[in-house]
Amino acid sequence: MSVEVPDLQKLADLVIEQAKIGEQIEAYVARGGETSVRVYEGQLEHFVSAQSEGVGIRIIKDGRTGFAYAGTLEPSAIDEVVAEARDNVQFGTVDEWAGLAEPDGVEQVPQKLWDEELANYPTDKKIQITKELEKLTLAADPRVRAEQSNYEDGWGETAVSTTTGIRESGRGNSCYVSVATLADDGDEALTGFGFSVGDSPKEFDLNKAAREAADRATRLIGATKPASKRVTIVLDPYVTSQFVGILSSALNGENLAKGRSLFADRLNEQVASAKFTLVDDPTNELAYTATDIDGEGLAARRNVLIENGVLKKFVHSSYSARRMSTKSTGNAIRGGFAGGPGVGCLAMQVQPGGKSQAELIASIDDGVLIQDVAGMHSGVNTISGDFSTGASGIVIKNGALAAPIREFTIASTLQKMLLNIVNLGNDIDWLPMRAVGLTLVIDDVMMSGS
Amino acid sequence: MPKIQVSEPLVSPDVLARVLMAGRGTGAEFSEVYIEDKRSTSAGLDDGKVEQVTSGRDRGAGIRVVSGETTGFAHTSDLSEKGLIAAARAAALAAKQGGGGVNKVQLGSLVRHPVNEVKISPDGVEKSRKVELLRRVDAAARGVNPAIVQVSAGYGDSCRRILVANSNGVLSADEQVRTLLRVSVVATGDGGMQTGYDSLGHTIGFEMFDENDVEELAIRAAKQAVTKLSARPAPSGSMPVVIKRGSGGVLFHEACGHGLEADLVGKSASVYRGKMGELVASPLVTLVDDGTMTAEWGAIGIDDEGHPSQRNTLIQDGVLTDYMWDYLRARKEGRAQSGNGRRQSYQHLPMVRMTNTFVINGKADPDDIVRDTKQGVYIAKLGGGQVDTASGDFVFGMTEAYLIENGEITEPLREGNLIGNGPEVLKDIDLLGNDFAMGNPGTCGKDGQGVPVGDGQPTLRVRSMTIGGTAA
Repeated sequence: MSVEVPDLQKLADLVIEQAKIGEQIEAYVARGGETSVRVYEGQLEHFVSAQSEGVGIRIIKDGRTGFAYAGTLEPSAIDEVVAEARDNVQFGTVDEWAGLAEPDGVEQVPQKLWDEELANYPTDKKIQITKELEKLTLAADPRVRAEQSNYEDGWGETAVSTTTGIRESGRGNSCYVSVATLADDGDEALTGFGFSVGDSPKEFDLNKAAREAADRATRLIGATKPASKRVTIVLDPYVTSQFVGILSSALNGENLAKGRSLFADRLNEQVASAKFTLVDDPTNELAYTATDIDGEGLAARRNVLIENGVLKKFVHSSYSARRMSTKSTGNAIRGGFAGGPGVGCLAMQVQPGGKSQAELIASIDDGVLIQDVAGMHSGVNTISGDFSTGASGIVIKNGALAAPIREFTIASTLQKMLLNIVNLGNDIDWLPMRAVGLTLVIDDVMMSGS
Repeated sequence: MPKIQVSEPLVSPDVLARVLMAGRGTGAEFSEVYIEDKRSTSAGLDDGKVEQVTSGRDRGAGIRVVSGETTGFAHTSDLSEKGLIAAARAAALAAKQGGGGVNKVQLGSLVRHPVNEVKISPDGVEKSRKVELLRRVDAAARGVNPAIVQVSAGYGDSCRRILVANSNGVLSADEQVRTLLRVSVVATGDGGMQTGYDSLGHTIGFEMFDENDVEELAIRAAKQAVTKLSARPAPSGSMPVVIKRGSGGVLFHEACGHGLEADLVGKSASVYRGKMGELVASPLVTLVDDGTMTAEWGAIGIDDEGHPSQRNTLIQDGVLTDYMWDYLRARKEGRAQSGNGRRQSYQHLPMVRMTNTFVINGKADPDDIVRDTKQGVYIAKLGGGQVDTASGDFVFGMTEAYLIENGEITEPLREGNLIGNGPEVLKDIDLLGNDFAMGNPGTCGKDGQGVPVGDGQPTLRVRSMTIGGTAA
């Protein structure tokens, strides 16, 4: 990694030195901190300043895997974790593909993941920015109330060492501001949000966050429930990001190996519209989730997953790759020290089209601009492909935005929606999410309302 | 509530008192120490193999200091007096820059409010027995039908000891033991793949498996997946919906539970603001939030602010009778807390959260409810949900559902979300059964924190809801 963290690496090294004959050991050591500021009605509502650390240890012997973790880096506790992980090994089933990653010679792409200015940014200025964001939001529209204005930053340092020769450490930090808005509409209130991300607070665009938060809430005032019918939907970049994010599970090589991918047996076939190209590229610094190594310590890399609608590749960790007789694509993911690595996309990017959202809307006679969706976790099944979410948005009539609507659902299947992508915007938005945002136009979706 | 002296608190009361004083070192009026020591074991089986057994230990303290409208918070995994004092000073500084004063803190005697009656502590059960459960689940699910092509099962237990002390003198402790088993199944047929899911979770120990049949759980999940292989696309548009007992508590969790949380009401971010004493639901509906329900997934002895859990009636015969409260919101209104101040871990600030939320029995015979419905949808299993409390619009998923035609349950339907508006749906409940049951264990997410919750309800009918299917 670009910046090394010698003391954590040393801790990880000490753990793997305890390997007994026939054992593979992986030590993942992490330390991090966060600041969270919330402002309400001009007052500081809370200020959180916190640090945490911990270690996760994986031991594999004779094809059996055991794991243990502890939220501390005390040496005596680490010894206990090693003992627990070792004890857990005997309960695993022998798995011929079990094993740790091994160095594969792929070079890391250098990235700037640490910002010194953010690391030293004064507390009172963080509070000031949060207050300023609330003020700008209220000034953006007299109909708007602010439910909360937030500043969040975090930093993390990690080191991973394995008996198979992986030895990596690094650190990163990031920050963002967000604001949640309310616009009253009788007894009910409509909600909006806006945010801005930057390497450091000086890159924030507070005005944009404030304006978006105000617009999102106010443009739904007076919204009604639409009648059911088939429509063309235009997904706002924030919604597209969520839509693309759920494809990660279908492109996951472990799900493929275990018969849980709706793309099984579809490699090199047309699974999406020819206009759709999807890349996982954590080496692109612009992506919020950019990283130089994956969860097993292999170099993160650019992988083309769907090219002009044709399925080109699944993403793999070393385990899923071994099972499928292929090589890791550097896509082991891990949620922290408390769990072993899984598989997933790291930073999904869709190749943009040539038009702005306004131009795309102008070309639609009868459609709906989807501003927000709800229930992505409860109504979308990435194994069967059934897709159904709650939604709110604006009717598109003869190429122009018309009345606001809410309390309806949009439904189709993921398979059909991918094939029915008719257009993409050029409005790439690097949201603080796993997938990039841009405007996406999808045909023939069932809108269900009254 | 019985009060039992605890012999070995996680940190001695003398140290706690000094830490609380340090928390008020900048003149803040309230300080609180929350100490947590959690041990957990989990095991996962997938693709016929026990992939990994995991042991975890999370231990630390969260320190909260309140000065006027401002809360300062810091947490540490260092439970020494030095570590705790350092965190307390950081929280104090965060709550109030400058100022000062000496505030003596007098703690009461330590009281414990046990909700659990744990017969078999999971800590003392051999891991091989836990893993064996997974193998039984796998075998039972695969035995249902050759169409079952994949099974994944998970076991988890946790023992969470907490100790809460604050500058108002509160000093209380709790030990929360939870045990969980879940199973996901994939079936494949001509029309592609379908999934089934079921889970079992209680705030008790390993005796849960003496009282529940894990094979039965696996078979239910497997049958759900197989049934859906022949499912037709769900309808679209609005129609009557009958929800089976014990499967639809999440409807109330989303339709009004979140909207009755005092922090959201206080910011006028709830459609139920200013509705106290008004009819907000069908007179059939009495809604209760009850943290004292021993063994249920959302049960707690004390909340995460040290307040004993209690049973709170939120809606009585359709009339809004109370919101749910934590310390800060109750303090602002000059009223009592309701035992709803919860947090995910010592690394999080507490806020208003539900515990076990349910609607009590009505009088209708559940079979009559179906018979009385000419055309509609019968939901046998709900998935998760989501709500916008300000507008009241909410969704929830149906993972097992059927058509109702001429008063009979007929064809299975594919998955989808339902959408409705909380206050409208509550008023639209026109039949309520007499067959109350609690539902599956749930994790409720709010502001980035997840806490265990339970829900329940008798079979009921909503006159009209929007089904998010694809069929015209």
